[in-house]
Amino acid sequence: MTIDRRRLMGAGVAAAAALQAPAVLGQARPRAVVVGGGAGGATAARYIAKGAKGAIDVTLVEPSRSYYTCFFSNLYIGGFRELSSIAHSYGTLASAYGINVVHDWATGIDREARTVSLAGGASLPYDRLILSPGIDFVEGAVEGWDVSAQNKMPHAYKAGSQSELLKAQIEAMPEGGTFVMVAPPNPYRCPPGPYERVSMVAHVLKEKNPTAKIIVADPKPKFSKMALFQEGWGNHYDGMIDWIGEEFGGGNVSVDPDAMTVSIDGEEVKADACNVIPAMKAGRICEMAGITEGNWAPVDGRTMQSRLDENIHVLGDACAQGDMPKSGFSANSQAKVAAMAVRAALTGSKMFPAKFSNTCWSLIDTNDGVKVGATYEATEEKIAKVDGFISQTGENAELRQATYEESVGWYAGITKDMFG
Amino acid sequence: MLTSNHLTDDLMRIWITTLAFIAALSSAAVADETAVQIGDAERGADIFRACSICHDVGQGAKHRVGPHLNGIFDRPAAGFEDFKYSKGIIRARRDGLIWDLERLDAYIENPKALVSGTRMNFRGIKDAQDRHDVLAYLRQFSASPQDIPEAAPTALKREIELDEAILSIEGDPEYGEYLSTECTTCHQIGGDYDGIPVITGWPEEDFVTAMHAYKQKIRPHPVMQMMAGRLADEEIAALAAYFAALE
Repeated sequence: MTIDRRRLMGAGVAAAAALQAPAVLGQARPRAVVVGGGAGGATAARYIAKGAKGAIDVTLVEPSRSYYTCFFSNLYIGGFRELSSIAHSYGTLASAYGINVVHDWATGIDREARTVSLAGGASLPYDRLILSPGIDFVEGAVEGWDVSAQNKMPHAYKAGSQSELLKAQIEAMPEGGTFVMVAPPNPYRCPPGPYERVSMVAHVLKEKNPTAKIIVADPKPKFSKMALFQEGWGNHYDGMIDWIGEEFGGGNVSVDPDAMTVSIDGEEVKADACNVIPAMKAGRICEMAGITEGNWAPVDGRTMQSRLDENIHVLGDACAQGDMPKSGFSANSQAKVAAMAVRAALTGSKMFPAKFSNTCWSLIDTNDGVKVGATYEATEEKIAKVDGFISQTGENAELRQATYEESVGWYAGITKDMFG
Repeated sequence: MLTSNHLTDDLMRIWITTLAFIAALSSAAVADETAVQIGDAERGADIFRACSICHDVGQGAKHRVGPHLNGIFDRPAAGFEDFKYSKGIIRARRDGLIWDLERLDAYIENPKALVSGTRMNFRGIKDAQDRHDVLAYLRQFSASPQDIPEAAPTALKREIELDEAILSIEGDPEYGEYLSTECTTCHQIGGDYDGIPVITGWPEEDFVTAMHAYKQKIRPHPVMQMMAGRLADEEIAALAAYFAALE
């Protein structure tokens, strides 16, 4: 087995490096601590460990033993994937890459002492820290909703039990019932995500409850792949989806989770299932570390270093970097640049020019996939978009099916790239 | 600095550089692409004052003598229903004119050269830097790619001569390995065809030929055309060598 061979090789290299390290660095192996085991953190930990071949002590802090990817969780809601198919464990990162995986919550960061404190009481020292905590929700963003209401009106924007709950509520809707989504303001995780979700909900309802209705209250005037989604909704779910944008008061929303009502621009709607996706901010640990400005943690795209602390790199949804959308693909792309920068800083390995890319696939209905992608370069000010493409309206069914199949291949590829 | 950034000159230069690659595959010419700002938005805000006699932009902007310019990037010409346009610009819309950077640059250089019969009575901005600065200023009032990934680019890509330090990494397996990390987000190293092909174990020559065909947009597939399009010849060679060497 490759894993066994790698493990043996890893152990040998680690032993050799441990002997050499004091001569090279005058101290024990340099330490990289990664907080958050998603597309940013897992990738960064794996690439640091893989590249350093034992010369860096890598610790990954992630509370979940089983990690559910937010990407493809809409396909679970639509019935295209099993929940177990989007769950991943950290076994290979520990066994094949020698990463010290700690299942605990990071509760504080002492930037002077360079330590991360954990809920379990431990304190982890670091030479470089990577924060990739994903998102948290802005309190009071949707009137009437807070996290304590998430069982009645799930956000399902962190995958797992929330996705299960939302799916069950959609499937339990009475005949001809109403599903309401409260869509988030910019910027937020996965720009096409809410609209792919609407498509997946419509797919389920079309099969099980075809007279049901979907209402989307949206504070934005437009959204990613808008023309593609609207064309698809017309083709597959004609008359089922009512999108209320900014112009028609889609941003003037309050909810009552106990009464299961939603008020949209003064008009009260009775909801049988309601998905509230509130405004977002960087995962709380960034704020605790004192490296946020507004809701996000600003970084220098050339290395993904925090603009406020050069010993901390911030990845993925939590960082403010410029033009890249907050997506798993972006986080994975940024993680490789950060891993290179951390290795260069700690072991003197080579630093190459940062390159970034992103593609977001969305499924509209069975075998009807679309995508949008771009390449990005880091300038002094930000990560800037330089090139891109998007699926076109009116594409033939064969191409749309190939696009969907490609997304399935991408899922297999990126999760392997993250978790080994 | 950005003193001689004639957009069209740049495009021409990129094209010539590309041709040079194809013509001189054996030469040591290495280029990489890097991003530069469209222009200086602050300076553009000053220059825009001349435009603001007719055009409003920013929060709460309204149509005046000319339409407001919020969201101008990527919008089809004559895109507002509540503005009375000239026949000339309506004809341009029918012909498919969409306001991207290149078209906006041409329009403000000489409006009547791009759109005959436009009512925009403006002699144009002859200095390319001035135009770029105005466009950098205006770009801030259109959709951000962070929110709408398909929104117009906010920087210009530029093929540049790489410095010696980077030239010396030619054929460097470490560089090939770094470059390969962009491939492995989608392509698995080994394993089965899963909707996306496996890329290890190709003969080097086939790999290089395929990547150049994507780069020149002969071989179809938008993701691969985009990814290969940013790779210099030596980078393609480094990748091919790296993947070929994998089991």
